[in-house]
Parts: sequence; C-alpha cells; structure tokens
Amino acid sequence: MKGIGVSPGIAIGRAWVLRSKKARVSGVLLADEDAVEREIGIYRIAVASAVASLEAMMGKVGKAEAEILEVQVELLRDPQMEEDVVAMITGRMPAKDAVLKVTEQLVQIFVNMDDDYMRARAADMQDAGMRLVKVMDGEEDGAGMVGGDWIVIAEDLSPSETVGLDHRVQAFATQMGGATSHAAIVARLRGLPAVVGCGSDLGIVANGDLLVVDGEMGVVFVNPDDEVIDIYRSKKETYAERQQLLLRLKDREAMTADGIRIQLLANIATARDMEQALEQGAEGVGLLRTELLFMDRERLPTEDEQLDFYKDILLRSGGRAVTIRTLDIGGDKPLPYLPLPKEANPFLGYRAIRICLDRTDIFKTQLRAILRASVFGKCRLMFPMIGSVQELRQAKDIVAIVKEELTASGAAFDPGVPVGIMIEIPSAALTADLLAKEADFFSIGTNDLVQYVLAVDRMNEKIAALYDPFHPAVLRLIREVIGQGHRQGIPVGMCGELAGDPQATELLLEMGLREFSMAAVSIPAVKEVILQSKCI
Amino acid sequence: MITKEYMILAPEGMHARPATAMVKLARKYQSTILLKAGGKEARLNSLLNILSMHIKGGSPVTLVFEGIDEGGAAAAFDLFFAQNLKDW
Repeated sequence: MKGIGVSPGIAIGRAWVLRSKKARVSGVLLADEDAVEREIGIYRIAVASAVASLEAMMGKVGKAEAEILEVQVELLRDPQMEEDVVAMITGRMPAKDAVLKVTEQLVQIFVNMDDDYMRARAADMQDAGMRLVKVMDGEEDGAGMVGGDWIVIAEDLSPSETVGLDHRVQAFATQMGGATSHAAIVARLRGLPAVVGCGSDLGIVANGDLLVVDGEMGVVFVNPDDEVIDIYRSKKETYAERQQLLLRLKDREAMTADGIRIQLLANIATARDMEQALEQGAEGVGLLRTELLFMDRERLPTEDEQLDFYKDILLRSGGRAVTIRTLDIGGDKPLPYLPLPKEANPFLGYRAIRICLDRTDIFKTQLRAILRASVFGKCRLMFPMIGSVQELRQAKDIVAIVKEELTASGAAFDPGVPVGIMIEIPSAALTADLLAKEADFFSIGTNDLVQYVLAVDRMNEKIAALYDPFHPAVLRLIREVIGQGHRQGIPVGMCGELAGDPQATELLLEMGLREFSMAAVSIPAVKEVILQSKCI
Repeated sequence: MITKEYMILAPEGMHARPATAMVKLARKYQSTILLKAGGKEARLNSLLNILSMHIKGGSPVTLVFEGIDEGGAAAAFDLFFAQNLKDW
C-alpha cells in the first residue's frame, strides 16, 4: 500500500486501529436566559479543563512537541473563537452545538486556502474543537493496548492525538494527511516512522494484523510473507546503525584529528532535500540542481516560478551558503518544449552551459530569478560544463548584463554573489590555473570528469568495471585542480560521487580538499573518517 | 504610537507555532498591537485572526504598537524577530 512517507524509519508490529467517533450537532434550542447562562458556563469550564489537560501533557513531552500543543492551547483560548461561540449560545444554541458549528466554519476557511501548509492547519482547528466536545461529553482518552510494538492505523490523527500516542506505539499510518501536518512533525520529532495519505485502502486493516511500515518510502505492508519481513528486518537494522552514527556525529564539527576544519555540504534538488540535509548536519548546499524545475512540464518555467523555488530554498537554508548550478540538461534528457536534436554522443554534445550560451533567453531568465532570490540568503552561482576561459567570460558577461538590467528596473539583488564553475571537463582541469584567475570558486564534478578522462560512458553497463574514480589519471587531475585553485586563493570543493565516498575521504584531504558536497545521507559516514584523519 | 516593519523569514510564512509565540508575547503588554500585511490587519491577541491573514514566507509585515508600554512592547518584538523567528 502506498502513501506519503513523512517520517523515515522502519517498523514491524501489530495493527491498532483507531476509529473516530463523529460528533453531531443536536439542533436543540435552549429554553431561556438561565439555560444560556448555564451553557456559557459549561463552555468556559470545558475550555479551562481542556487547557489544563493540554498543559499537563506539555509537561511530559519535549520542547518541540510542547510547542505544537501550545498552538492548541492558543486556539482554545482565542478571543475570536470565544466571541463566536458565546454569540451562538446567546442565540439559544447549546454549548456543544456552538463549538461544533464554529469549528466547522473555521475548518472551512483553512481548507479553502491556497497552500498546503495552511490547509494542514484545518486539522489543528478540528483537533481543538473535538477536544472541547469530548470534555463536555465527559470522555477520557486512553485506550487499552496490551503488550508492545503496536502500529496505529487511523483515518487521520490530530496533532494532540499524535503527541499523546503511547510509547509502545512504533509507527503510524493514516488514510488522510499531508507532509506539512503537525502529526507529521511530531512523528519526525519522536523518530516514529509514519506514512500518511494512504487512502481508503487502509480501511481493510484489522486489529492485530501484522504490518510493516517504511516511513522513508511511504509504504505499508499488510500481513506480508516471511521474505518481505526478513528484508525489512535487515533494512531496519541498517537504518538503526545509520541513525546511531548520525546521532553521535550530527552536532560534532567536521574537524580532522590535527585540527583542520572541513566543510561538509549537501547536494540537493528540492526543498524536501534541504530539510534532510539539515537533519544530517550539512553546513550548506554545495550543489543545488535546477533541472527538476524544468522537467515534467509543458513549457519553460517563468522567472517568477523559478524565483519562488530559489527563494524557498534560500529561506530554508537558515543563512547557510547555497550554491545554485545553472541548467545542466542535454539530449539525453529531452524536454517537450525544448526540442533538442538526437545526437550520436549527447555527453559530448549540445548541453548545459553550451545550450545556455546559445539560448541566452533561457539563461537570462534563470540568472534573473537567481539574482533576485539572492537577497533571501547566502547564494553562490555556478556554471556547469565550462571547457575554456572563453566560455567562462561569455557567461560572466551575460551575468553582468542581467545585473545591469535588474538595477535599471529597480529590482533588489546581492551584487556580490560569487560566480564559480564546475570542473568536469579535462580541458578545464588542465587550464585550472587560468580559470582560477576569473572564477570565484571551483567545484570538481567527478562523475563527468571520470567519464571524460577515461573515455568510459558511465551509463554503459558493459564497461562499468572501467569506470574508476581512483584511476591515477583522475587523481592527478583532481590534485592539480585543488592546487591551482588554492594557489590563486579561491576555494575548491567537490560535488561528485567521490566526495561522498568514505574510502576516498582521506586521500582527498591529503590532496588539500576542504569542501565536500554529497548526498545528505552520506555526511555522517564521511564525517566519521574526517574526525580520525590527519591532513599532514 | 510606534510602527515597525519586519520580514517573515520562515519559508512557510507566519505559521502556527511562531504566531502562537507572538500572541503569548503580546499578552504581556497592555498596549494594543496591530499586525498589518498584504492589505489586511488583525489585533495580535487572536491566533485565528493572524493565521487567517495567510502571511507567506519572504513577505513584509508591519506592527503598530499603541498604549502606555508601547516602547517596551516594540523592543520585545524587535528581539523576538531578531532571535526567535529565525529558528522556526
């Protein structure tokens, strides 16, 4: 069964199905003023008692979970909500009906908002309202689970229900919900694997069914066979080991045994990746791929669409440096709105910066969006596939023109955005001394560099064994590039696969590399090697 | 009356947890504090009203403080935006 994985981890356990009771408006009208007074009293006592029970719960949970409960407390005490409820009771409606009505109206307002985050707040409103109704009905929470390893299955889980989950609960899966719900946040805080949005299929699960929940992939298995269980047992162990390492190293500075500070950065493509990067302890983004913005769509993304994406990433980075790489596509990944001729050798063809220098309209739109986003964080601009000083100059000239246009139109941007290049073509590696005079930084892209230096197509399985990042030719070039960059006083990083390979870490440190950018999950393992290594 | 402008840096905008913290902070002062953004305004005593304004990440907001302790309130919100709101 497939849903949205909102909190990673694997759990294997028995199903505990929560069925929600629906409260209904009774439609009764209050007899007289006395009854109105009484119902207002009932409402106020219910608020006080609900707030008290939430505050008691807050004392027992962590700070971040308490903050989510605090939102509930504020909603319950909200003067606007109180005013609306009291007005309805005064209009002869019983307290419970009034709370249900007001809650329903509020939920509607948030459900109709145009972003996921605000729509998810409808669940918070619902939670606050239902809590009041339960208090007025004199209901107690708490269910009768016996034994351990339960996996909670529900139509939906409210934020406070999630915080209130028993410690024997190992995971949960719900029919509804999205990635930005407070239930999802609580799950991540607790390290509870969770899958939401599974749809009505989840309704077939019965109490006691054996379940496997994979919160990373967003998959739920109901009564799976032994083979599946074995696979997931070992996955669970690997995940636990990775988490142990992360927990131990996340807040440690990446510093070698002889005291040299190393920057560990992440390669990302989406806002979700950014979150994951921060969770793994990344100190910034060494490579933001922008290709996803251009894929799976009917036309080129507009400047504003691109601006929103870059701005979102920069805001999420919390002031850490983010290196944005301009469009890196070619004939191997055709776009419906940008027909590129079929080529015999797409990796040696019309691609990346070569397209951008030819289709300056596409390039300028992207540069404008990146520069306009630059005021929202610390951004660096990077060109892929630069093969000569000539190309770098051409690209920089276009940046200068775009800056002039932005200034003329009065748009704000950071004039000091560093402009660097990927070193991934042998001609660039061999002229690193010249390029270093005109680029603000280098980032070595080993994936392409290896295939171009060794003449080995990395997609061709027949010659996969020849694809060797540790070939002396590759290593000599890498050392040369690092040395030339440092001689000119510019930072040199690496963002290819090699940077995330713990077996290469020591070697790269010895060559003088100080900036490693990789898939976020690789960071703890590389950090562990760094902590034990010496540079000299 | 004191008027201050801030930028909302949280990518999700003025979301529930920071809005709750603002309501709690505002309650400590007697002054009336008004939140303005995108042509809408709300008193800073109601979480619902703040959330209904639907303030997005990267957008500017204005706070208007009025009352006997407006100076202290404005200083407290300066600190709040400088420190707390970055972490949300």
